[in-house]
Amino acid sequence: MTAINQSGWRPTTPAQGGNAGPTFTGNKALMLEEPLIFEIGGSETTGVEIAPPATATSRLGGLARSAPIGLPGLSEPETVRHYTRLSRQNYAIDLGLFPLGSCTMKHNPRLNEKMARLPGFADVHPLQPIDTVQGALEVIQQLAHWLVTLTGMHSVAMSPKAGAHGELCGILAIKAALEKRGEGHRKVILVPESAHGTNPATAAFAGFSVENIPATEEGRVDTAALKARLGPDVAGVMITNPNTCGLFERDLKTISEAVHAAGGYVYCDGANFNAIVGRVRPGDLGVDAMHINLHKTFSTPHGGGGPGSGPVVFSERLTPFAPLPFVEKQGDHFVLVEEETAQDHHADSFGRMTAFHGQMGMFTRALTYILSHGADGLRQVAEDAVLNANYVLRSLEDVLDAPFAASGPCMHEAIFSDKGFAEGFSTIDVAKALIDEGFHPMTMYFPLVVHGAMLVEPTETESKATLDQFIGALRSVAERARAGDETLRTAPHFAPRNRLDETLAARKPKLVWQEPEPAAVAAE
Amino acid sequence: MRYLPLTQPDRAAMLAAIGASSIDDLFVDVPESVRLAGPIAGLPGHASELAVERHMSALARRNMAAGDGPFFLGCGAYRHHVPASVDHIIQRGEFLTAYTPYQPEIAQGTLQMLFEFQTQVARLLGTDVANASMYDGSTACWEAIGMARRITRRGKAILSGGLHPHYVSVARTMAKYTGDALDVSPPVLTAETDIDALIAKIDGDTSCVVVQYPDILGRIADLRPLADACHAQKALLVAVVTEPVALGAIRSPGEMDADIVVGEGQSLGVGLQFGGPYVGLFGCKDKYVRQMPGRLCGETVDADGRRGFVLTLSTREQHIRREKATSNICTNSGLCALAFSIHMTLLGEAGLRALAAANHAGAVVAAERLAKVPGVRLVNDTFFNEFTLDLRKEARPIVRALAEKGVLAGVSLGRLYPGVESLANGLVVAVTETTTPEDVETLANALEEVLA
Repeated sequence: MTAINQSGWRPTTPAQGGNAGPTFTGNKALMLEEPLIFEIGGSETTGVEIAPPATATSRLGGLARSAPIGLPGLSEPETVRHYTRLSRQNYAIDLGLFPLGSCTMKHNPRLNEKMARLPGFADVHPLQPIDTVQGALEVIQQLAHWLVTLTGMHSVAMSPKAGAHGELCGILAIKAALEKRGEGHRKVILVPESAHGTNPATAAFAGFSVENIPATEEGRVDTAALKARLGPDVAGVMITNPNTCGLFERDLKTISEAVHAAGGYVYCDGANFNAIVGRVRPGDLGVDAMHINLHKTFSTPHGGGGPGSGPVVFSERLTPFAPLPFVEKQGDHFVLVEEETAQDHHADSFGRMTAFHGQMGMFTRALTYILSHGADGLRQVAEDAVLNANYVLRSLEDVLDAPFAASGPCMHEAIFSDKGFAEGFSTIDVAKALIDEGFHPMTMYFPLVVHGAMLVEPTETESKATLDQFIGALRSVAERARAGDETLRTAPHFAPRNRLDETLAARKPKLVWQEPEPAAVAAE
Repeated sequence: MRYLPLTQPDRAAMLAAIGASSIDDLFVDVPESVRLAGPIAGLPGHASELAVERHMSALARRNMAAGDGPFFLGCGAYRHHVPASVDHIIQRGEFLTAYTPYQPEIAQGTLQMLFEFQTQVARLLGTDVANASMYDGSTACWEAIGMARRITRRGKAILSGGLHPHYVSVARTMAKYTGDALDVSPPVLTAETDIDALIAKIDGDTSCVVVQYPDILGRIADLRPLADACHAQKALLVAVVTEPVALGAIRSPGEMDADIVVGEGQSLGVGLQFGGPYVGLFGCKDKYVRQMPGRLCGETVDADGRRGFVLTLSTREQHIRREKATSNICTNSGLCALAFSIHMTLLGEAGLRALAAANHAGAVVAAERLAKVPGVRLVNDTFFNEFTLDLRKEARPIVRALAEKGVLAGVSLGRLYPGVESLANGLVVAVTETTTPEDVETLANALEEVLA
């Protein structure tokens, strides 16, 4: 294939081990290089058959396309092969442990996928007459019931499309509530250092100013500092619980009481709800709004970056301000409240956040998972997730610095730091070496409060045998980092690619494929 | 508990290794006053796979699926035939169960796919660059307005009356909190679009004009004069495409000099899914790339000089910039972007053009047939695969009556614009390659009966 030479590829030469030496194609048995569709597709090639139209009438207003679009096509077998080959260059939870702290990568049951594909769910239009979508509305209502009950809250907005969108939903409800009270002058949102990075972005986006609250030595919110900052200009706090240090915020209940007494609201980032589901209800901690990442707590797959889904539960105080649309049961009938007019009891809603009803396909998956586990199973999920994380923490604290190991048990994730590594070695070296061990690395350099942070979240779907293997691998890599083993610096050595130049990508962005220039081809 | 691998002996051994006497020891930080003693009351316990299947299938059966009969709904979500291999490939665990490609060395599959997606989308929209997808078209539209505000440092956006009313609602919600002024009025049931009226509104405070193409009633207008008028006032033209298949037949907004083009990608590969998840498309001119929201995948090289891909320009994003981020969007719609990209690869240039031609031809035939029904007037002069009928009676009850006859006839404008009397008689009808001549005949006859 000339295309391979055109794009400047050359055969692989592993730095060590394996079958060193080039091959003619650049492929090595099952390790296959895959060109871009633009290098292998043709303008006349297609993998679908479409009957040509019988009529040639045009009502396009003289705007018919003339120039080529530039979209390559592949036949069906070529398409299947292209994407299957690409898929083999991905790590995934189906292949092994994916211990990304705060991201919660757990097993994705295939029953969820099967149910979401029932034509009665997958092949239904969002604007069909309400009488023809009663089952879909009941899915929303049943999931809403579970979410409200598990969190001890009053209502839930289902439409937010992802976690950060859910944060925005909660903050907009707080803003609407303040304005309704005539206290729109409250412009400050307090965000502890141990909160997610999306929180300050959300508050700023909604027009608030953000003030940081420090963390204590033990990795929790500095409650005294927070209480001291409360006042008539504070709209509320955004707090993550369990927090990004993997710890339960013991004082949340008293913090909530203080914030409420000062006239503010409490937003809880619920991205880590999977650690406490069935064990404690955020509503009992005084939370006013909290988003729930369905892909984290309720196992909907994240598909290489999305979709997410971020329903937001509300306290009674914020319920009137929740966004449209939502589902109501009237007798035996489910109604979709989506009209902004003629609904007096929803007059205070802050409006619509997305065109339709949210991530319906994720709702069917999450409900399937919830029904499979039941109330007893979900509690067991939290317990096993916490047990696994503590097992990892205690098994490694002799070789890895664990900054909050003395603060008590961690929740669903264990945090380590690069303290004690040889001069010049950092978290990235350990992470890349773990790739060579066949594991996806943990979250790196997050949260920011810990230098060289490594945040490990095993989740409840890992067996003890897998954890023991991971612990052994991480122990071995950590020992090499402490000893200053130079081979760590060039890891990974066995991945489809060696370390990639991220600086080059940002300095000279190449975001779309372009035809190689003829001169460049000639030069080769 | 079929998803939990730990056995009771495992749990006991692990607790012993930790030095805890029971699982409760690990929850000591939860204050006793709020600690739950057992599973939450009032919720059922776990259920077998068979029992869950029964429950969910019963719920699914309570919906009328689009494939159950003649189906003509559009307005931002379209029913197209998705080749079987699309769903097969996206169910491969290596795609389905991967996370955001934070470790590019072992995520080249997702990253290369995103790079290919970005290129396909940019070419389709006619823009220099495109991002790795947004939540959906409506939130992409709002992000485009925010981006225009950042670029022009002006806060007044003019929204076409032909913009999807839900997209307008989303923009209204967000504008309340960002302070943008939005200028919008509902559409009028005429053959012409509001291009001239939009041009007349542009002034030195305008950040952007947002226009849908084809618009909510299905009409197509030349955007070039509007782009020129925007640029004369240093404002941006934002074009919104809710039916990307249309761009296989008509000129792209980018070709007509739109600065930002956003779209809903659901039509290709994704399916109806009762409204989501969908995939937002977002492209723009090169010079605005650092103001573009969302994730971007870029080409680079590895330590051996081999081509590879990484997420890039993330210094614009909230997880790094915190309160200085360019937008609130965090995740993208990766799996839906994959479905879109596979479908587009299967079609290719030839297939997309053929698909678009088939959609348009089918719509022309249907429009002519339905316009012959007594009491029905075709509003559009121009359209792609979607057009508006003036029924001379309120459309909403007619749609309900037709549904009872097993025909999902289209979207009544009364549903989209509650309380707007001048639109109450409008019915927007979409025709795709899934629509048969018999479906059209069935709709025409049923409509005639109901209108009589």
